[in-house]
Amino acid sequence: MKRKCKILIPLILGMSMFALTACGSGQSGANGEVIVYNWGEYIDPDVISSFEEETGIRVIYDEFETNEIMYPKVEAGASAYDVVCPSDYMIRKMIDNDLLAKIDFDHIPNAKAHIGQQYYEQSREFDPTNEYSIPYCWGTVGILYNKTMVAQPVDSWNILWDETYADSILMQDSVRDAFMVALKRDGASMNTLDETQLQAAKEALIAQKPLVQAYVIDQVRDKMIGGEAAIGVIYSGEAIYTQRENPDLEYVIPKEGTNVWIDSWVIPKNAPNPENAEKFIDYMCRPDIALKNFEYITYSTPNEGARELIEDEDIKNSPIAFPDLSQYDNLETYSYLGEEGDALYSELWKEVKSE
Amino acid sequence: MKKHLRNFYIGLIFLFLYAPILTLIVLSFNASKTRAKWGGFTLKWYSSMFRNDAILQALSTTLMIALLSALIATVIGTVACISMQAMKRRNKAILMGITNIPMLNADIVTGISLMLLFITLGFRFGFMTILLSHITFNIPYVILSVMPRMKQLNPSIYEAALDLGASHTRAFFKVVFPDLLPGILSGFLMAFTMSLDDFIITHFTKGPGVDTLSTKIYTEVKKGIKPEMYALSTLIFVTVLILLFLVNKTPAEKRKHPIP
Amino acid sequence: MNKKTLSFPYLFWAGAFIVIPLCMVFYYGITDKTGAFTLENIITIATQEHCKALLLSIELSLISTILCFLLAYPLAMILTGMEVNTHSFIVLIFILPMWMNFLLRTLAWQTLLEKTGVINSILGFLHLPALELINTPGAIVLGMVYNFLPFMVLPIYNALAKIDKNVINAARDLGANGIQTFLRITLPLSLPGIISGVTMVFIPALTTFVISTLLGGSKILLIGNVIEQEFTQTGNWHLGSGLSIVLMIFILINMILEAVFDQEGEGASL
Repeated sequence: MKRKCKILIPLILGMSMFALTACGSGQSGANGEVIVYNWGEYIDPDVISSFEEETGIRVIYDEFETNEIMYPKVEAGASAYDVVCPSDYMIRKMIDNDLLAKIDFDHIPNAKAHIGQQYYEQSREFDPTNEYSIPYCWGTVGILYNKTMVAQPVDSWNILWDETYADSILMQDSVRDAFMVALKRDGASMNTLDETQLQAAKEALIAQKPLVQAYVIDQVRDKMIGGEAAIGVIYSGEAIYTQRENPDLEYVIPKEGTNVWIDSWVIPKNAPNPENAEKFIDYMCRPDIALKNFEYITYSTPNEGARELIEDEDIKNSPIAFPDLSQYDNLETYSYLGEEGDALYSELWKEVKSE
Repeated sequence: MKKHLRNFYIGLIFLFLYAPILTLIVLSFNASKTRAKWGGFTLKWYSSMFRNDAILQALSTTLMIALLSALIATVIGTVACISMQAMKRRNKAILMGITNIPMLNADIVTGISLMLLFITLGFRFGFMTILLSHITFNIPYVILSVMPRMKQLNPSIYEAALDLGASHTRAFFKVVFPDLLPGILSGFLMAFTMSLDDFIITHFTKGPGVDTLSTKIYTEVKKGIKPEMYALSTLIFVTVLILLFLVNKTPAEKRKHPIP
Repeated sequence: MNKKTLSFPYLFWAGAFIVIPLCMVFYYGITDKTGAFTLENIITIATQEHCKALLLSIELSLISTILCFLLAYPLAMILTGMEVNTHSFIVLIFILPMWMNFLLRTLAWQTLLEKTGVINSILGFLHLPALELINTPGAIVLGMVYNFLPFMVLPIYNALAKIDKNVINAARDLGANGIQTFLRITLPLSLPGIISGVTMVFIPALTTFVISTLLGGSKILLIGNVIEQEFTQTGNWHLGSGLSIVLMIFILINMILEAVFDQEGEGASL
């Protein structure tokens, strides 16, 4: 034992010296810090460092996978964030539960100048007075499929129930998205609280389960690129990125309709550094920065200024990056279903998962 | 024949235990980013690992937490062992029972119970909450390795030292402490190892911007893991391998606790 | 220095960070959102989805525990029989893998088992049909056995190493054959080690949520996953705590079993 300690203890001490020096490199910025809570892979890391350089504010960056994971953390208050990027219905829930601070648009001039007016109008569905949120990205949910593995034309959610593709289907591991697919397939609303419709959707998801390879979120991207699955449910923003990596992939919006969503910046009430939060959001709304983000994450940006700056005409007018949504008549946005509605959905989802 | 069978069996177990580790090592030299394809030999993940602040930060947090929590747990645990000697039998049994809880309880329950505590107390999740949690689950390991040594102590030596005019403190550090030292050190090492390997409790008590290697890997897994992680774990593995090789070059003294 | 005062730091720590947090789990488990007393959070274990998750967890962790035992016992016997270098063997088998992060080790299995992974590539190379390995209960059992096997081998090895060789020789001298010696001497004497090994494998396997997430593709819901999701996603701490109380009942049963069989408290001291 003693011999062992003689060698191990200096090693541990050595490692801790390293730990101390490495810690020193990450001390807080000259002008304080801003704590950002964003979706995974949803920002160009260079943008964060350039923000830190320009403003002297240190960014503490944390990521979540789904709105549902984000909410309890912000609600509990034990992790205080300055800037969060939830989706539509979750913003409504946060407003209703008094978790959000009103945003002072005078401190965020770029938001007024560059974010397209129609996106603010769209935001009224969940933020009726446009006081709490500033759009960051928007898009749809659709099917991504591999042309070499799927011979038939893909235009309907039904293909996710096709036994030919057993064990090659990737579903979203998030309550609302999973139920949206099943409800839309039946022609129901994705915001329904109707017991029979929901039961039918649940049964459909249970019937689908043996065909599903895995329930994943951000992994859909890598798995589709790697050719591990033939069909996946994915957010529109990933379409361009995945196509760039693997040209065999194709994105479609099914004919039964789908979800159109907006992810927006909000500032929680308990934000420790609200001024820095405003600076951060303002920076994100700057056209050149929004463009950098767009090029990195390839999600549709509501920033008109950034879209103007896109040089590649194909991308600028790409129907995938900037679809004309008026050609679809059955798109919906999620709405907040209330506490009981949420509980009902998560109960049913649990039943699907435990099957 | 029997000997061959034995070696074959041990070989199989080795294969089972080391196949995944070998895979990780091979992947760390894979030029292709996806795990599914072999894209040729490369060392680029090693160089980019050393330039990746997030990974280095997580590594340093992990080491800091492991070191600090092991140190503090060792001090508290050792003092607890000494004081328990003076306790009544029943009180001592109760306290030992409580000490066993974090070891026998499921990690997930320990994790959520601490999370609930911190939220109720209004603590802000971060480095401190992780540290407090790690100290909590480390103390029992220290106590369990110091206690047996404590029992072997001969109380008359301590009393003799007092009779010869030493103060309590002096008598303790000169007479008792050296005897306890092996137990204290092995408790420290055990605590250090447990802290390094923990994921679940950290998962429930961590805050924004603070990641240990485990929680970092967990988030990366969900997004698609970066090959730098394979490089890092290969390095850790090789370091430990060399180290253990040095320590075990000659058969070590028979030990009470097979795990460090 | 007074020894009473010396006990304060740990008494405080144990109270603040062990006892009170556990009480809070109990408090949340038996109250509802309004703070009123209820047993609903505990009874909910009987609902179909929770019951299924619990039964599946028990089933998978039992299978893993049995497999671990079947693998570990011969290994421990071989290790006890080896005269030289036992120590470095144990180090190689157990300590080294433990220093590789446990998530990474499990993740490596993902790479091996995947549809386009290493095992299936080898099968494809041999013109054999691909197997469906990942995201099955089998993959989870494999992950559990892989991660927890060392916790079974060590206590059994410790127990076996303690057996006096003379006892075994005496049995042989008195005419017992190999199997009889094993069944009537070796096995009963190693029982404390077995019990402690079973506890150390069964509890973490029963309550895991990481292995099922990594190797089950979120298709398989274990009781650990349910509890984790109640806390991190649904935000229903009361339900999560109620289910944790149910889990603690299992842990308690295990502790009692261990206390009964291992009165000297030796097997547990890893």
